[in-house]
Amino acid sequence: MFWQALLLQAGYNATLVTVGAALLGVAAGAVGSVMVLRKRALVADAMAHATLPGVAMAFMVMVWLGGDGRSLAGLMAGAALSAGCGLLTVDWITRKSRLAEDAAIGAVLSVFFGAGIVGLTVIQTMQGGRQAGLEGFLLGATAGMLWADALVIAGGGAVAVALVWLLRRPLLLVAFDPGFAETVGISPRRADLILMALVMAVTVIGLKVVGLILVVALLIIPAVAARFWTDRAGAMVWIAGAIGGAASYLGAVISTLAPALPTGPIIVLLAAGVFLVSLLFAPARGAVPAALRHRRVRALRQAAP
Amino acid sequence: MTAFLQLSLTPLLIGALVAATCALVGNFLLLRRQALLGDAISHVVLPGIVLAFVITGAVAAAPMLLGAAAVAVAAVVAIEAVKRLGRVEPGAAMGVVFTTFFAAGVLLLEQTDTSAVHLDVEHALMGNLESLVWFAATGPGSLIDPAALARLPSELPRVAAVAVVVVALCWLFWRPLALATFDEGFARSIGIPVTALGFGLVTVAAIAAVAAFDAVGSIIVIAMFICPPAAARLMTDRLGRQVAWSVVFAVVSAVLGYMLAGYGPLWLGAQDAVSAAGMIAVVSGVILALAVRFGPCRGAPRRG
Repeated sequence: MFWQALLLQAGYNATLVTVGAALLGVAAGAVGSVMVLRKRALVADAMAHATLPGVAMAFMVMVWLGGDGRSLAGLMAGAALSAGCGLLTVDWITRKSRLAEDAAIGAVLSVFFGAGIVGLTVIQTMQGGRQAGLEGFLLGATAGMLWADALVIAGGGAVAVALVWLLRRPLLLVAFDPGFAETVGISPRRADLILMALVMAVTVIGLKVVGLILVVALLIIPAVAARFWTDRAGAMVWIAGAIGGAASYLGAVISTLAPALPTGPIIVLLAAGVFLVSLLFAPARGAVPAALRHRRVRALRQAAP
Repeated sequence: MTAFLQLSLTPLLIGALVAATCALVGNFLLLRRQALLGDAISHVVLPGIVLAFVITGAVAAAPMLLGAAAVAVAAVVAIEAVKRLGRVEPGAAMGVVFTTFFAAGVLLLEQTDTSAVHLDVEHALMGNLESLVWFAATGPGSLIDPAALARLPSELPRVAAVAVVVVALCWLFWRPLALATFDEGFARSIGIPVTALGFGLVTVAAIAAVAAFDAVGSIIVIAMFICPPAAARLMTDRLGRQVAWSVVFAVVSAVLGYMLAGYGPLWLGAQDAVSAAGMIAVVSGVILALAVRFGPCRGAPRRG
């Protein structure tokens, strides 16, 4: 069963979900690298948590309009809208007051999430709301996904990967040297806007796969792990993409075998495993090779007269 | 009156105590630019609590506090290690560590048979404030009846004890804490153990988070660590007054949020209450928004 799932032989839906998760992971690793270099890691966490009220609202609106409320595309649109509101609120608090960005991030994260929980309890009391299965958006649930939903995730992941590929140069330039980027005609403000839009896209596509509580991990961990293998930003983007893609692929496979477990934590722990290996053993900057080099240099120095 | 005593008194008291305790610690975290540490800690304590449950096989306060505090300290060390070894910014280092710990906690929880006790992921997030009822109360007389008081939810004495400890610690270490917060270099130069103090603060925050977590869930903990102190910061330039404001805001959020969650839907014609934990967070957010818009000290600190 494991090998079947690993080699994409476990049915059409499972295959599409696995491929979709892998594409999402690649996009998350690549976008996350730029985001970490631009020092925006925790803003993404606020955005991810801020999707919950949007998901709840979208469900209620769709039920009110006569639908069944579970259309993934509709829920994703609601999520994107409220994530955008969260981002604007972080910006508003830091512009209008003397509070630092971290306080604004924490406030938006907890208040929007609280509002989302209120929304979920409202839905639970609605007729037919009990079967909504919106809890799957908290920690991810890929097992038994509908064909249409899997298609949305795979398509969205592919578009996100393509966009990062197209926009990698301006984004990286701004991440490293906003002043120089400006002189060659790239507006840092616009590049940041594009970056946050990509982060939002990954977050929203990742809702069903990783869940909104942990999707930020898929953005950060592969990027930080890739940093140990290279000093070149262009390479870091794709190493992170590979790590994120592999962790998501394997996580989705494991999830088809253990459908009761939430998918998000599995994927995050796999990525964290790669991170730990990188931290210890990566040849360029890992802790063990660095210590060995240090010892060799000291031995040489002692040997010399 | 009896209904109020049975159903609402203990949740209100527990909510207000938890909110005030977290807000008190949150003031120092906010001023030390560690506002998100509260967020990180409340994610990180989950594996500690689950581990304590796996080892002892019971939902008991002391092992859970120990487990969570130990894991919180381990997380702080891990964040520091990732920051140094990986040479990444603090935000990303924190993100790596707390999401990993939380993911481990969730999987451990899902793998453990907790059907006999009230311990699951949703409970960890949202708590069960509404279920902390006091059925032994038969009327106002129960408030002085030892037999009835003995049957109060055990969460109440626990959060009260933690609140007392946190207040006592803040009072005891007020001056060194204030000095180390505002001018670390000067505090170090006059011999205050700044690093130890920082670790102490994190540990106290972890203890507050765990005690609160069991009763009210992590949303309230995160919201109360940040929103009331942040709103209070925009009301005054003086530390003492800021702490006082933050406690007032926290208690108002808890009481108003609980009331709105319980009675708000009834006023609107709906039947069921909504999540009190979520509503308390929302009210604290509204207070913060008002402070950002109208707070007398919302801009740069005044001189002179």
